[in-house]
Amino acid sequence: MPDPTSLYSEKVMEHFSNPRNVGDMENPDGTGHVGNPVCGDIMELYIKVDNNTITDAKFKTFGCGAAIATSSMVTEMVIGKTIEEALEISNRAVAEALGGLPPVKMHCSVLAEEALKLAIDDYLAKRDKEDGENE
Amino acid sequence: MTRIYLDYAATTPTDPEVVKAMLPYFNETFGNPSSIYSYGQETKGAIAEARSKVAGLINARDEEIVFTSGGSEADNSAIKGVAFANKSKGDHIITSSIEHHAVIEPCKFLERQGYKVTYLPVDEYGLVDPDSVRKAITDNTILISIMHGNNEIGTIEPIAEIGKIARDAGVYFHTDAVQTVGHIPTDVNELGVDLLSMSAHKLYGPKGVGALYIRKGTKLFPLIHGGDQEKGRRASTENVPGIVGLGKAVELAQQGMTEEAERLSFLRDKLITGLQERIDHSRLNGHPVNRLPNNVNVSIEYIEGESMVLNLDLEGICCSTGSACTSSSLEPSHVLLAIHLSHELAHGSLRFTLGKWNTEEDIETVLNTLPGIINRLRAMSPLAKKS
Ligand code: FES
Repeated sequence: MPDPTSLYSEKVMEHFSNPRNVGDMENPDGTGHVGNPVCGDIMELYIKVDNNTITDAKFKTFGCGAAIATSSMVTEMVIGKTIEEALEISNRAVAEALGGLPPVKMHCSVLAEEALKLAIDDYLAKRDKEDGENE
Repeated sequence: MTRIYLDYAATTPTDPEVVKAMLPYFNETFGNPSSIYSYGQETKGAIAEARSKVAGLINARDEEIVFTSGGSEADNSAIKGVAFANKSKGDHIITSSIEHHAVIEPCKFLERQGYKVTYLPVDEYGLVDPDSVRKAITDNTILISIMHGNNEIGTIEPIAEIGKIARDAGVYFHTDAVQTVGHIPTDVNELGVDLLSMSAHKLYGPKGVGALYIRKGTKLFPLIHGGDQEKGRRASTENVPGIVGLGKAVELAQQGMTEEAERLSFLRDKLITGLQERIDHSRLNGHPVNRLPNNVNVSIEYIEGESMVLNLDLEGICCSTGSACTSSSLEPSHVLLAIHLSHELAHGSLRFTLGKWNTEEDIETVLNTLPGIINRLRAMSPLAKKS
């Protein structure tokens, strides 16, 4: 049951108040930087990859409560996943893990999904380049 | 947790004395004012009394006051009412780019009906230049509508000056005074206005009731047709408890207006100075001097307003923001854009509007709470490190 006195679910507020994995990362293996075309918010996501598995993730977000909570949630979901598994994480899955988002805030979860995809793309591009150099 | 309410510009709690004055009109003195028997005549008398109080506060005549369902209806009535009734005289309306939506939207609607509307720009403090009003007037101008006090940034417009210009040009002049009536002087003759909108719930009255002042002789069509309540200017059985509440609220406001404005201005300035001292990379929005006694609007760089409002709410402090993230259109406040704030600064805006029940202690609490929240959010912001 949604709480009629709160804009967001309890889970969203919990992640918003205590976001996990906030901050910068030294020498990330992949970086995703996105601006939200809808309301103008910005998110940065960094990942560390070891043996095709994401071992760490960090984020920085300029945005609303939903944007912060989805950023936090996506970093939590992604750690320990293989690249292939991580690529399957959709914005809906992040929103569901947070107990849902108000319809007007669904676009904020797209920000998190896109940042993740971009970070993985960045990682894959770097890896391919390195592989090429090593040959 | 005791909560600190700092959003009085959004709405005020109804003063207990107002509630007390209203209560008998729900089930004791409940008659329809149009009925000729005693029940009806009692409520008719109560409405007349409220009308006199409202008229007295703004130095109008009783018959120049029409009760409405609130500020939005008063604005709509004034703008559409004048536009429709004066079509043969012209089709041009002048307003500003920082008006309330209840003025801007009727103007946009009229544009779709073939009227022409000039939206005057404002300066960085949100002031309309009276000279720009003068220059915008054409032979076809039938109405000028400029708000008295801005609800977001608190800037008080030079209404009396614009009033003279309107008078000289023979153009009707409307002001949305929803934020000022009962808080600062709003004498319709000093302001030189022909129409003035007000709302009860911004001055400790109930929601759902307001009034439109219509200077005698002003030609306008009613918005709501039906019975001949309000001398045919606004049909619908009168909201008697609401009207009585508005009357009582006006009476209370008038009693201590100067003292309360001084008290609030002191708290306002304390908050403004405190924020400036304790928060770097922040700025005051709106005019530093020509400002509503209760309005503080600041932009905090590198962070977003909704996340600040949510964090403050968790600490029991209620205020608002002009951030795009909190508007259903996902556009930042048109007022903040009109004073040339970047999207980012509009995003990081916070509005505190003070009222009757705020104390100096409340201000201290805000000043002690906000910096921590800002630091936390800045640590999370990808923009902050670039500074
Ligand atoms: S980030 Fe702007 S609405 Fe969520």
